[in-house]
Amino acid sequence: MSDLTRKTAAELAELMTSGQASSVEITQAHLDRIAAVDGAVHAFLHVDTEGALAQAKAVDDKRTAAKKSGEQLSPLAGVPLALKDVLTQEGVPTTAGSKILEGWKPPYDSTVVKRLKAAGIVILGKTNMDEFAMGSSTENSAYGTTHNPWDLARIPGGSGGGSSAAISAYEAPLAIGTDTGGSIRQPGAFTGTVGVKPTYGGTSRYGLIALASSLDTPGPCARTTLDAALLHEAIAGYDPMDSTSINQPVPAVVEAARNGDVAGLRIGVVKELGGEGYQSGVEARFHEAVELLTKLGAEVVEVSCPHFEYALPAYYLILPSEASSNLAKFDAMRYGLRVGDDGTNSAETVTSLTREAGFGAEVKRRIILGTHALSSGYYDAYYGQAQKVRTLIARDFAKAYEQVDVLVSPATPTTAFAIGDRIDDPIAMYKNDLCTIPSNLAGNAAASFPCGLADEDGLPVGFHVMAPVMRDDLLYKVGAALESALAEQWGGVLMTKAPELEVTR
Amino acid sequence: MPSITREEVAHLARLARIELSDDELDHLAPQLDQIITLVGQVSQVAADDIPPTSHALPLTNVMRPDENVPCLTPEQALSGAPAAEEQRFRVPRILEED
Amino acid sequence: MTADVLEINDALTQYDPVLGLEVHVELNTKSKMFCGCPTEFGAPPNTQTCPVCLGLPGALPVVNAKAVESAIKIGLALNCEIAEWCRFARKNYFYPDMPKNFQTSQYDEPIAFNGWTEVVVDGETYRIEIERAHMEEDTGKSTHVGGATGRIHGASHSLVDYNRAGIPLIEIVTKTIEVPPAKAAAVARAYVSMLRDLLFALGVSDVRMDQGSLRCDANVSLKPHGSTVLGTRTETKNVNSFRSVERAVTYEITRQAAVLSSGGKVLQETRHWHEDTGITTSGREKSDADDYRYFPEPDLVPVAPSREWVEELRATLPEAPSLRRVRLQEDWGFTDLEMRDVINGNALEPIVATIELGVTPAAAKKWWLGELARSANESGQDLDALGVGPAEVAEVQKLVDDGTLNDKLARQVFEGLLAGEGTPAEIIEKRGLALVSDDSALLEAIDRAIAANPDVVEKVNSGKPAAAGALIGAVMKDMRGQADAAKVRQLLNEKLGI
Repeated sequence: MSDLTRKTAAELAELMTSGQASSVEITQAHLDRIAAVDGAVHAFLHVDTEGALAQAKAVDDKRTAAKKSGEQLSPLAGVPLALKDVLTQEGVPTTAGSKILEGWKPPYDSTVVKRLKAAGIVILGKTNMDEFAMGSSTENSAYGTTHNPWDLARIPGGSGGGSSAAISAYEAPLAIGTDTGGSIRQPGAFTGTVGVKPTYGGTSRYGLIALASSLDTPGPCARTTLDAALLHEAIAGYDPMDSTSINQPVPAVVEAARNGDVAGLRIGVVKELGGEGYQSGVEARFHEAVELLTKLGAEVVEVSCPHFEYALPAYYLILPSEASSNLAKFDAMRYGLRVGDDGTNSAETVTSLTREAGFGAEVKRRIILGTHALSSGYYDAYYGQAQKVRTLIARDFAKAYEQVDVLVSPATPTTAFAIGDRIDDPIAMYKNDLCTIPSNLAGNAAASFPCGLADEDGLPVGFHVMAPVMRDDLLYKVGAALESALAEQWGGVLMTKAPELEVTR
Repeated sequence: MPSITREEVAHLARLARIELSDDELDHLAPQLDQIITLVGQVSQVAADDIPPTSHALPLTNVMRPDENVPCLTPEQALSGAPAAEEQRFRVPRILEED
Repeated sequence: MTADVLEINDALTQYDPVLGLEVHVELNTKSKMFCGCPTEFGAPPNTQTCPVCLGLPGALPVVNAKAVESAIKIGLALNCEIAEWCRFARKNYFYPDMPKNFQTSQYDEPIAFNGWTEVVVDGETYRIEIERAHMEEDTGKSTHVGGATGRIHGASHSLVDYNRAGIPLIEIVTKTIEVPPAKAAAVARAYVSMLRDLLFALGVSDVRMDQGSLRCDANVSLKPHGSTVLGTRTETKNVNSFRSVERAVTYEITRQAAVLSSGGKVLQETRHWHEDTGITTSGREKSDADDYRYFPEPDLVPVAPSREWVEELRATLPEAPSLRRVRLQEDWGFTDLEMRDVINGNALEPIVATIELGVTPAAAKKWWLGELARSANESGQDLDALGVGPAEVAEVQKLVDDGTLNDKLARQVFEGLLAGEGTPAEIIEKRGLALVSDDSALLEAIDRAIAANPDVVEKVNSGKPAAAGALIGAVMKDMRGQADAAKVRQLLNEKLGI
């Protein structure tokens, strides 16, 4: 049989349905791949070999029993997945990429994990990320940087670099990410994979270690549009444990991914997201993709969203403010790291010493920035004003959606940069998320799909699609149309162009 | 005139309960100054009559019925505790009264 | 050397006290404010927790609908406006018994605001303006180990139980209370006592001050007579009985007066009330560390109670306390003076409950004011902390009604109850208090009385039946009080043929 790790999730599901492969075989193949390449990629912080195989065996047994009873298994039953280390999984180490949570084993499952388990999806392990999802490169992880499988000297994007690198390195066909300002879409763009940020409230945040509560959104990562849609459907939907969850049916994402017809679809190119500061190869691939969609029958117009230029400053006030409060719970009292408890130091001192030792530089920067933005005398000028800008950005979107069905832009201004390039230049790092941030502020759905390689460096470029709240299906419609048209040109999905990784074992 | 001084950063670190070394303060203060200049751009937007958005979506009245659900066992509750005693979380002596 | 405190009368001749009270009420919902954990008092430590109330990473709150309902009821009962739209906010500060290191509370958008209520002190009615009533959550409980008598100072470490963390609280805040200076402390006490009765009648809380389900913080400042400039205020925390409210306010007035009159400055600080010594001590001074960085809670969506819901709840409210008092006085046939004693003695609710158990108003008043309130006063306790409730009072009265006890013996039973000697039956048994109902024993005693008092018998026989009273007295004395006087009279009359 051909290499199981090269199959899409949909193909793997088919192999299991037809009895050509078992979940244990498929899971073992991916565990072997992880053992072979993760030394170089470092996508995983924890590989749960035993747990994954036990889960796979349970699915296989269920399938055998189901054959007799005629019961239907979930579409992705038995397919392995990599889970971003920011979601709790009972009994499995969960660190959010931080020293302060080293060794913590949550006593409960996040809603996303509950749904994955219910769907029979096999969780291989936890993936690397920037500490508490603060970053765009995984360089802020307390446990080392993940390497981009397209070029190991480059970052895979972040914060969910581990999840995107895992699927890009064929260590898993599917992964879960979380997107606060682009943490699913930007790594998707940098690794030549699909990354979808569902509508805020479309997927549950229960059990997602919060960065910025009003922005965080879990979502699917995959190598194909259809795989992403299948995973989206498995994890999405109303959750009474999350007060901000939307009590409506999940948009028909799988159907949209199977039927990528964009004829008559009105597409708006956001004027403000391009030009100066954008790499030429990125712009070239983006515009070609827009032309391709035009050829497929979409109506393309240019749209102006004048307040998007303030999205970045507003975001870097709202996020640190919420984060400074969300991360206060890490105080060395109930779980996680405790430093300096020598029998003499007070609780106050132990908390301060632990947070000093347990948090990395970027986390401290943002906590202090957020503390500042919320403090008396500054609240109105910073946090209050940022929330008003948020209103204006939402209005820009609302106005644009009166004219068009979806908005598009490059997913990132540049391709993946070299490890170490921007690590001590926070502002340059923040600018990675220029295109992705507005959708988080407005809470609408957005995704990045591969649209080719930049001429100057041969690295993947992401095509960014933004759809109105609870119209996640439109993302998949555009993604699927683009994917099949480009596959005709390339003879396969973009990932087939990725260089082979050296196998170390 | 920087938008934030070293002393202000030190004060904020105390509020946020993070012990910062002098070196860290030296490094952090100018970086924060740059970042605050960037984020300060929000003040350029005329938005006096614009309502603030605190939540991405306009949901209201999300409540649950007053019903009990199973708790964690005390063992689970204390499973992550750096120290525990008498089924309670053991914490260092507390300086300030609440 | 100046005195630590001035005499209260001296203090009030120079300064006017300015008061504000913050009362925290724990609601009696089945589950916590933001999660489904139970709220039982006194459960073993950390048995009523979950990821939400332990503040575990990833957990999210969901509002308890019943807690919102209770908050609205409280707001309505205090004549507040109910917000059409309000949000929760995070109050950010670090404390080990607070799992998230922020308290989910309400800030500038309380669910209820701008209300008023009334209290009665010495027959005068005083109006108290309510600033707001807002929803929040309680903290865990720390036990301090290694120091003197469980105090925080000198402790080597602390042990934290999070069972209480997340229990719904309503904080009720008064505006500045403006009453005659001499009445300030008594009004403060009456207000808290009135709130207790009101919240009890609403059925929203157990209102047990001894268990901390009703807690009071008193803000006190002084301004010189005639001045309009407010003084620096202190916040005295956790004053946990009605009597302490009055004492703590009085103490703060006398302490601040001493500071000011010696030219000193009152510090803006929290102070701690010490029940045993009757003083307050300095807690934490206000500083820039008290920057709570409030912002709207992003994990919870706004609460927008519909007007229909608010009106439905308004229709379920019990009658207003002032109207109820008038009605009860009429029903019971008490004089104004008697009713005032009942109110001042804090005995209204227990008397209502006792009457509901079948006791006559007069008897209920007799025991509650004559025995129990007097005893509470002597021992410096609140009436509801005595351990004798309406059920016990009704039981004793029943024994009086069926002739087992007379009033005098009943008093001894109450004495035993207050001393914790057991149930009324056990006390009667132990102390040997039952009336002698055996006729032959009574008749023997009557014979002895007749024999010993021939002059009295002579008087009765010569047409002065009233003189028989002396014989009854002699019989009762002989029986050491353990006889039913009515029964003795009846037997005696038969014997003497009157």
